[in-house]
Amino acid sequence: MARPIDEIKWQDLEIGATVSEHGSSREYKTGTWRSLRPVVDKEQCISCGVCWLYCPDAAIKRSDDGHFQADEEYCKGCGICARECPVGCISMVIEED
Amino acid sequence: MAKERKGIEVSLALAEAVGQADCDVISAYPITPQTHIVEHLSELVADGHLDAEFVPVESEHSAMSVCCGAAAVGARTFTSTSSQGLALMAEIFFIASSMRLPVVMALANRSLSGPLSIWNDHTDTMMVRDGGWIHVFVENGQDAYDHVFWAFRVAEDSAVRLPVALNIDGFIMTHMIEPIDFEDDELIKRYLPEYRMEKPLHPDDPVSMGCFAMPEIYTEAQIARERALVESYATCVNAWEEWAALTGRRYHPVETYRADDAEYCIVTMGSLGETAMAAVDELREQGEKVGVIKIRLWRPFPFDDIYRAVAGKDTLIVLDRAISFGGPGGPVALELRSAMCRRPQAPAIVNYVAGLASRDVTVDDFKSIILGGKAKAAEGDLAGFTLYGLRE
Amino acid sequence: MDKFSVYSARLVEKAEYFACGHRACQGCAEALAVRLVMKALGRNTIVAMATGCMEIVSSPLPTTAWEVPWIHVAFENASAVISGCESGMKAMMRKGKLPPKKINFVAMGGDGATADIGMGQLSGALERGHDFVYVCYDNEAYMNTGIQRSSSTPWGASTTTSPAGKISKGQYTQKKDLPKIAIAHNIPYVATACPSFPFDLMEKVEKAAAIQGPAYLHILSVCPTGWRIPTEEAIKYGRLAVNSCVFPLYEYEYGRYRLTYRPTPILPVREYIEGQGRFRHLTPEDIDAIQKRTMAEYDKLVKLSEEG
Repeated sequence: MARPIDEIKWQDLEIGATVSEHGSSREYKTGTWRSLRPVVDKEQCISCGVCWLYCPDAAIKRSDDGHFQADEEYCKGCGICARECPVGCISMVIEED
Repeated sequence: MAKERKGIEVSLALAEAVGQADCDVISAYPITPQTHIVEHLSELVADGHLDAEFVPVESEHSAMSVCCGAAAVGARTFTSTSSQGLALMAEIFFIASSMRLPVVMALANRSLSGPLSIWNDHTDTMMVRDGGWIHVFVENGQDAYDHVFWAFRVAEDSAVRLPVALNIDGFIMTHMIEPIDFEDDELIKRYLPEYRMEKPLHPDDPVSMGCFAMPEIYTEAQIARERALVESYATCVNAWEEWAALTGRRYHPVETYRADDAEYCIVTMGSLGETAMAAVDELREQGEKVGVIKIRLWRPFPFDDIYRAVAGKDTLIVLDRAISFGGPGGPVALELRSAMCRRPQAPAIVNYVAGLASRDVTVDDFKSIILGGKAKAAEGDLAGFTLYGLRE
Repeated sequence: MDKFSVYSARLVEKAEYFACGHRACQGCAEALAVRLVMKALGRNTIVAMATGCMEIVSSPLPTTAWEVPWIHVAFENASAVISGCESGMKAMMRKGKLPPKKINFVAMGGDGATADIGMGQLSGALERGHDFVYVCYDNEAYMNTGIQRSSSTPWGASTTTSPAGKISKGQYTQKKDLPKIAIAHNIPYVATACPSFPFDLMEKVEKAAAIQGPAYLHILSVCPTGWRIPTEEAIKYGRLAVNSCVFPLYEYEYGRYRLTYRPTPILPVREYIEGQGRFRHLTPEDIDAIQKRTMAEYDKLVKLSEEG
C-alpha cells in the first residue's frame, strides 16, 4: 500500500521515481466519481459478458452466481454497460450518498 | 585488444574505448565534429569487433530517446553529439537524469548557432549545465580514452545511476592525432564489470518508469536527483583512484600546475589547460608567481577541491569559453564567484572569455590574459568579463 | 443487429494488464482500447508510451495502472524509446547477458503524439525495421490539454484551436491519413481498428505482435469529453464511424489490403455526425460534402481490397 502522496519523503521514492508495485492504481477508488449506478436485473441477465468487455475501467466483475456486475469501488458510472447490454437488463439509477 | 601505445586520432581512440567497454547499444546522429566517433563505432560493429546494436536514428532527439529505452532495459548505452544536436536532444537530456538512466555521452564541444558555427567552445555544454548529469572535461587524448571507462563505471554504479557527459573539445581535441596508451581488455573487464541494473524493464518483474508527478511529489523527486548527483562525488573520486591503481594514470576533480607557491592562478576547463601550462612556464621564467588550476569535474561541482586549490592565492583569472548573455560573466567565473562569496581570504576573480568558435588562444594570448588579469585585479577592476581579442 | 457480434465475450482473456483505478474520464473509449490491446498482447510485453491522456491517467506517482513493464519518457519519442528497448534486449540476449524470451515491444501514443509531434520519430523507427508494434489511439484532437486540433482532427470539427465561428467551419483541413503514411514505409503490417469492434481489434493486435518487423495499428478511440457526446454512447459512436465508412476497418499485410468488415447497409454519415457536439454547427450541405468525400475514400479502399 502506497503512502498518501503528501506523506512521501524523498527517501521513500525508488530510484528514478520508478514504481515497482504494478497495478497499484487499484488503491485509487474511482467509484467516488459516480453519479449514476448500474443496476442489473438478474432475471433478465444472460451472463453474456458484453458489459464486462466494453467497460473502459475494467470495473465489471463476475459474481459467484455467474452474473456480471459493476464493482462499486471502481465503476465511474459512465453507462456504457447499460447502453450496450444486448437484453437491456442494466439500468442506471441515481447514486444515493 | 592488447596493451599498446598507438598514434591515433582521439575520436577513434574514444570509439575504441567504447568498444572495449563492451557497450550494448550505440545510437547517434551525425554532426560535426562528433562524427568520427560514431563512424568508427559503426565500423567496429560492422566488422564484428563490437557486438552491439548500432541504431542510426533520424535525429539527436531520437538518439537520446533510444539511449533512454536501451538503458531502461539494462543495456550499456552510449551516444555522442555536439552543439545543435545537443540542443535538439536537450529535452530528453534532462529526463535521462531524472529517470536515473546511466547513459554515457561523448560531447564534442562546439559553439551553438547562431550564427552557424561548427567550431569549438563550451556554449553547448553550458546550455545543459543544470540537466542533472555528471559532467567531466578531458584535456588530451589519453584523458579522453581513459574517461570512457571511468564514465561507464561511475554512471552504472548502483549508488549513482546517473548519465555522464564526457566533454571533449571539438576539433582541437577530437581531430588531433596523439600517442595514446591502450589498456588490454582484461584490465578493462576488471575495472568495468558487466552492468547489472536493478529493476530494469522486464516482463518477469514489471515496473513503471517515467510516471508523472503532481505538485505534492515533484519536489521530492527533484531532490532525490540532486542528492544522487552531489553524492556521486565520492564514486567519481574512487573510480579515479582505482584507475590509477591499475594504470598509474591519476586524475582529480581539480588539478593544478605550479600552483603550490603561486600568488595567482589562471583557471581553465578542457583542452586549453595544456596551452595555459606552457604560458605559465614562460611567465615563471620571467619571475611571475603564477600557476594553473584546471577543473575536470564540473558536475557535481567540486567545492572542497576548489577551496583547497585556491587557498593562499590573491587572484584567479578565469578563462571561460562561453558567454552567459546578459549575465555578469562566463559560467565558470560565475560559479567560482558564487563559491567564493563571503569566504575568508577569498581570491579576487577576473573573468575573460576567449576561444569562442575555435578562435585560437595561443601561449602568447594566455600570457597577455594572465598579465592583463593580474593588472585588472590590482586596479580592483573585477566586475563582469572581458572578451579577449574582440575587434572594436 | 451487430450488437450480438460480441456475444462471445467470455472467450476473452480475463487478466487485466491496464488496471482499474486509472483516472480516464467516464466513458473513455481510449481507455477501453488500451485495455483490449493489452489483453491481446498479454504479459510478455514492454510498453513505451507517449505523453498524453493515457499516460497521465495511468501513472500519477506513487501508483501505476500498468501490469506490464511500462516507460514514458516524453511526448514525441515513444517510437524511439521502444527502438532502444528492443535494441537493448536484442543485444543483451544475443550476448548472453539476458536469457532469451519472446517479448512484444509496443509503442503507444495519441493522435497528437503520432500524427504531429512524433511523426518523424515514428517514421524513423518504422524505416529502421525494429520488431515492434506502434499503436496510435486516435481521438482526433489533443484531449489531454483541452481539446486542441491535431492534424488528425476531421474537417468540420470544432476544437478549442479550430473553433467554429461566424466565418469558420471549425477544422478546415482534412484528417491526415496515418495508416497510409505507415504503409508508405513498406512495413509488413498496418491495420485500423476500433474498440467498438473488440474482436476485430484484438485479432489485429495479435497479428501485429506476431509479425516479425514493424507493425502499425490505428485505433479510433471515441472521446465523449472532446466529441461532446454522452458518456454511455462512446461505443455507439465508434460503431457509427465504422458503419458509415468514416472509419473503415481494414488491414494491410505484406502488400495486400483487406477490408476486415464491410458495413451492410452503409449508414449515412449524418447518423454519425448529428449527435456530436463538435459537429453541431455543420449545415446539411456540409454534411453532404463529408458524405461524398467519405464514400470516395471508401471506394478507393474497396478497390485496393479487391485487388488483394
